[in-house]
Amino acid sequence: MAADQTRRIDAGGAIDRSTPVELVVDGTTLTGFAGDTVASALVANGRLRVGDSIYRGRPRGILSAGVEEPNAFVLVHGDHDESMLPATTLELVPGLDVRLLDGIGVLDQKPDPAEYDKMHVHADVAVVGAGPAGLAAARAAAATGARVVLLEQDFRLGGSLLASPAEVVEGVPAAQWVEQVRAELEAAPEVRVLIRTTAFGSYDNNHLIAVEKRAEHLDGTARDGIPRQRIWHVTAAQVVLATGAFERPIVFADNDVPGVMLASSVTTYVRRYAALPGREAVVVTTNDSGYAAAHALLEAGASVQVLDARDEGASPVVASAAQAAGLRVRTGCAVVGIDGDASVEGAWVARIDAEGALVGDAERVVCDLVAVSGGWTPNVSLHSQRQGALHWDDDLAGFVPTAAVRNQHLAGAVRGTYWTDGCRAEGDAAGVAAASAAGFSAASRSTVIGADAVAEERVARAGRTRQLWVVEGREGGYATHFVDLQRDNTAADVLRATGAGMRSVEHVKRYTSISTGVDQGRIGAVNTIGLLTRVLSGDDTRAIPPGQPGQDETASGPAAGAARPTPGAIGNTTFRAPFTPVAFAALAGRSRGDLFDAARTTSIHPWHEAHGALFEDVGQWKRPWYYPRPGEDIDAAVARECRAAREGVAFMDATTLGKIEIRGADAGEFLNRLYTNAFKKLAVGKARYGVMCKPDGMVFDDGVVLRLAEDRYFATTTTGGAARVLEWLEEWSQTEWPDLDVVCTSVTEQWSTIAVVGPRSREVIARMAPDLDVTREGFGFMEFRETVLASGIPARICRITFSGELAFEINVPTWYGLQVWEDVAEAGADFDITPYGTETMHVLRAEKAYPIVGQDTDGTVTPQDLGMSWIVSTTKDFVGNRSYSRSSHRAADRKQLVSVLPLDRSLRLPEGAQLVEPGALGDYTGEGLPSRPIPMLGHVTSSYHSQALGRSFGLALVKAGRDRIGQTLIASFEGRFAEVEVADAVLYDKEGARRDG
Amino acid sequence: MLIIDCPNCGPRPETEYGYGGQAHVAYPEDPHALTDEEWAQYLFYRDNPKGDYAERWVHSAGCRKWFNAVRDTRTYEISAVYRTGETRSETQKGA
Amino acid sequence: MNQRELPEHPDFLWANPEPKRSYDVVIVGAGGHGLATAYYLASKHGITNVAVLERGWIAGGNMARNTTIIRSNYLWDESAAIYEHSLKLWENLEEELGYDVFFSQRGVLNLAHTLQDVRDSVRRVEANRLNGVDAEWVDPQQVKELCPIINVGDDIRYPVMGGTYQPRAGIAKHDWVAWGYARRASELGVDIIQNCEVTGFVIDGGRVTGVETSRGRINAGKVALCAAGHTSVLSELAGFRVPIQSHPLQALVSELHEIIHPTVVMSNHVHVYVSQAHKGELVMGAGIDSYNGYGQRGSFHVIEHQMSAAVELFPAFSRAHLLRTWGGIVDVTMDASPVMGRSPVDGMYVNCGWGTGGFKAVPGAGFAYAHTIATDEPHELNRGFGLDRFVSGALIDEHGAAAVAH
Repeated sequence: MAADQTRRIDAGGAIDRSTPVELVVDGTTLTGFAGDTVASALVANGRLRVGDSIYRGRPRGILSAGVEEPNAFVLVHGDHDESMLPATTLELVPGLDVRLLDGIGVLDQKPDPAEYDKMHVHADVAVVGAGPAGLAAARAAAATGARVVLLEQDFRLGGSLLASPAEVVEGVPAAQWVEQVRAELEAAPEVRVLIRTTAFGSYDNNHLIAVEKRAEHLDGTARDGIPRQRIWHVTAAQVVLATGAFERPIVFADNDVPGVMLASSVTTYVRRYAALPGREAVVVTTNDSGYAAAHALLEAGASVQVLDARDEGASPVVASAAQAAGLRVRTGCAVVGIDGDASVEGAWVARIDAEGALVGDAERVVCDLVAVSGGWTPNVSLHSQRQGALHWDDDLAGFVPTAAVRNQHLAGAVRGTYWTDGCRAEGDAAGVAAASAAGFSAASRSTVIGADAVAEERVARAGRTRQLWVVEGREGGYATHFVDLQRDNTAADVLRATGAGMRSVEHVKRYTSISTGVDQGRIGAVNTIGLLTRVLSGDDTRAIPPGQPGQDETASGPAAGAARPTPGAIGNTTFRAPFTPVAFAALAGRSRGDLFDAARTTSIHPWHEAHGALFEDVGQWKRPWYYPRPGEDIDAAVARECRAAREGVAFMDATTLGKIEIRGADAGEFLNRLYTNAFKKLAVGKARYGVMCKPDGMVFDDGVVLRLAEDRYFATTTTGGAARVLEWLEEWSQTEWPDLDVVCTSVTEQWSTIAVVGPRSREVIARMAPDLDVTREGFGFMEFRETVLASGIPARICRITFSGELAFEINVPTWYGLQVWEDVAEAGADFDITPYGTETMHVLRAEKAYPIVGQDTDGTVTPQDLGMSWIVSTTKDFVGNRSYSRSSHRAADRKQLVSVLPLDRSLRLPEGAQLVEPGALGDYTGEGLPSRPIPMLGHVTSSYHSQALGRSFGLALVKAGRDRIGQTLIASFEGRFAEVEVADAVLYDKEGARRDG
Repeated sequence: MLIIDCPNCGPRPETEYGYGGQAHVAYPEDPHALTDEEWAQYLFYRDNPKGDYAERWVHSAGCRKWFNAVRDTRTYEISAVYRTGETRSETQKGA
Repeated sequence: MNQRELPEHPDFLWANPEPKRSYDVVIVGAGGHGLATAYYLASKHGITNVAVLERGWIAGGNMARNTTIIRSNYLWDESAAIYEHSLKLWENLEEELGYDVFFSQRGVLNLAHTLQDVRDSVRRVEANRLNGVDAEWVDPQQVKELCPIINVGDDIRYPVMGGTYQPRAGIAKHDWVAWGYARRASELGVDIIQNCEVTGFVIDGGRVTGVETSRGRINAGKVALCAAGHTSVLSELAGFRVPIQSHPLQALVSELHEIIHPTVVMSNHVHVYVSQAHKGELVMGAGIDSYNGYGQRGSFHVIEHQMSAAVELFPAFSRAHLLRTWGGIVDVTMDASPVMGRSPVDGMYVNCGWGTGGFKAVPGAGFAYAHTIATDEPHELNRGFGLDRFVSGALIDEHGAAAVAH
């Protein structure tokens, strides 16, 4: 098993050598160990090369060991393939079968069977990052008793310590220290440690959002009951950001050949994964940190030489350690090119001057690995997502946070603190401060090294970083000096952008596409900015506006006139969530299928389902649409339901309409102000239809209002408008008329409503409510009665009609709805009582020209347009009234509601058909499009076949409609035309004789 | 997530609230006394500052009460919350 | 050009001149509309002594942040006219600008999920056709044929009942459209001045004669406001209000995938707006945050809600990854229609309130605005969009067709 892991180092590493794991890569089986990533397994098997570059098809290799990886992307085969996962963070688990990608993914059309969920937690202190700073912060905060959440994206705790397990931390080896802290945190009852959990978004009020991988490491397959991924919404009183820093590469010719890797990543492969990326290594560095890779390689048995780009070389401590280890070091030198296409075979090495240009000839050094350290970039994404201030620190050669966001703390490498004990000390201080700010004090502590002391040491500890933004090549030109590997963008592309006149880094990003890949600039952004400082002059910066993260805030903008701008004059492009990519399905969570939106049903719903009803969505409600009997299509069913309603008796579930109780001494006055018609003097026991308009005069909702008592009204609304109307009532009563004594309560869900409709409805009601006088004289139109039904159930029965027929509405408390419905069915059985749905309801009311708000109106229609001037009071004012005196309301061509009768009595026009004057069509035949716009008069809002009239008909909003009654217009639809006659809106029972039965 | 301090219920996430735009725009005493231009100002025009904004919120998923807030439309920081009917200046104490 | 090729941008785009002391026309805001307006002033009206002042980097506002959907299938005659004129200009734009903006006419589907959606859709289709705008009603099966990756089954909460389809609609690469206009305008003599914020107006007897800026005073024969969500900030400086409210509007992209989504799909009801750009990222619009905001950022629950809708309708997107979110400032009017025309100040013009319609309108709005400025009269195309409609009540209510929940 280990025989094929040709580059596995014999000992060491945080891998479990007792647990070999097989990995399939492009069909080839390799072996690694538990604790590997896919990338480290590849390295251990001697494979650095991954997919080719996306545009130029250049061979690429593993560059890093973390989320900043720009090359090593894989597609994971499985129930639902997942693409563009970095191999460097993909945990090796049994059954993993991957394909190396060329920078672009493939979406899987098979359904994703996995489940995803979400958790919401509140914490006193949230810590992001479990390196030395984060662990110290979490431990310090936990010790105070605060509730702590620690978020770590890796599958192990330790962060940078994982690459230096032997380093001494608080007197013990790092690996042991990490384990000690882990155990302390686990023992603390108010601490939650989340590994495999990436905090990707930071939002107002310390709302952190993270994604946890919960199932992928469990035998590689999802298990029942365990969601594959979980989104954590963490709201914390205090946040500690211990997010570390990323190493930058150096921009030199052919710096993208497989075998060129980040130095610290090389160290990680050697020490954490016991995988050796190369046996003959060149380390090229601009700063002290690169030497760590040299030592690690040397200890692993590789031959190593170090090129230090700084003329003066390393800081004394680092230089003497290198000497003591026998490392060959050349100062003032750099790699200026690579020999080899598919892998590094040699590096061209030369002395370079202060500008990065070659001095003298380049020498070819045989090697199979080039470990590169161009400097460090604090990982400030979460800080900057909250508009946390940044500035360019020229000593540290990086953008560092200026100060933490309110209620946040920063600790460790994210601040530019690049040594372990400094990180630990800062983390400790941050944890104490965070807990304290959250109200939890530390017990007396031995020593807390002040964060300020750490800051002073920062530059000294880091040593000097040479700002080497680009190294000249042997052949001139920059066409293979890669800046953003994933986007195949080079220094030449940057030069082209500035040559075109671009100055802002945002423009350069967009012109080139630098930083738009999965790594979002972690590899290339700062090098790009550095390059811009080489290319632009101080005068050029006059065209650069302020406002970028990290940009200097000098009074008159960037330093105009200076010979060369600094990176601070340029600034960064904006940091945005997510920090690293998150699957769409994870963000969707459980809001899928039935949980996507509530499906509201009435208590009578089971009966509708059992009787074959089809349903339509009206807002969130499922309303019966029609009840087809075997062999019936919608037209046949609706025809039968309509006949029953007009000739016999039918019943409908009207529960979904909004119902609002309005109570108070001023309830009547309140309604008067909001409805177009008057309600103050409506007698108790009576009902009245009302229309409500917005201040702009347009119809907003309608419904029947009952007066239950002197100070109590019961208003109904449209099904879809219920919530909006209640909000409207509350807004006006609270914000405009608080002096009115009125309270509004939604009772939509408290009442079931059953409409019993038709000439024989009276008989059915008589059976249902034997104590009630339901004679024509005893129970008038638009009256209601409270009674007790034969079943003993209390009910309120209204004589209201939405069909024009004699009709009653039985209202009972919701939980009796189904029972009463069944009672009605039984009471009407002799009369062949027929259930009907919304389609029939629509037809019946349309025959009477009762408008449906939202169908016959669209927010631009007034009551007068609907032919309802009678409902617009002339004696009291109301909201909307003022608008009717505007000029547009006096225009002769306002659209008005009329009916349209197709000359072909069997032709049912599609709802939405447009109406034009007969002459307007010109030579347009309906084929293709007209050569010039044809003026339209209006459209068909409702269209049906009428059983009662024995013909088709429609309602329409037509310009000057009422003046056109009797005219013939042309309906245009589906490329065809049909003649229609304009008629009065009301087509059936104009006198209203049928409503009394 | 914005956290808004409902005067009745305390701090709750923004998803519990509805937004009501500019505060202190009273419905005109006598709309019929206004010119069409003045009526249009009431119907369609509202301040739209880049900076502090006195605005209305309603706690839809809670007490269902309207209230006012002063919020910076650049930073989204709420500096004051006060009840309907109170004026903005009353809130400057310890905002 | 296929997915595996990067575009070639011109070697030279624009100069960065110092502002002169005066211009015939000063346009405030170098977004898509401002740059297009400058171009049409110069090319169609021969007015070249023009400056476009931009407080940031050009086209860094909504032009850099939108989801690039181009269509003309709006409901009302006035809207259809200006958006359709714009679309016709789009169809010839690459030739006119000499710049490949990756304008891809791949159609747009606006889905219907309820019976009322269907009615509204048919109404709009029929109105579109009579207005000369290509539009068809398509049933679920046809939706599936046009976009094979859509789930038209009834296993989702609001199944697809059909939709409208505009074949000539499409997408384009937003930045490059701006640069194409900027380059042409610059060639014709227009000065594009970045890092130049207008801080005040010089108004004399009710007439504007210049602007105060962070780079000094600039005199102007005419001033045209073209600053989208910042228009109120400017108009307040000039002493008047415009009937807009500025809200955060977010959008997002995924990482790159092989092309799988052939068209543009929009759904008001289920709240998804998605296309797949030339290089392979899914581009999606999200909802408008309810509160007023200039922060160019919004809240995350708006994104999450969008994701639910997306995965329901497009099961293949399940493990696509959210790569980046961002926000812009959308300026909305009460009728979801723009404002373009004269302002209460003589010599000052206003163009704002485009809401979610701004990008598709870039050529058409630039064209009409240039005419308005040059002749001091609205063009036929923007006559209905003046401020006076708010007084008369003749609003142009496009909430349905504007297709983003407000």
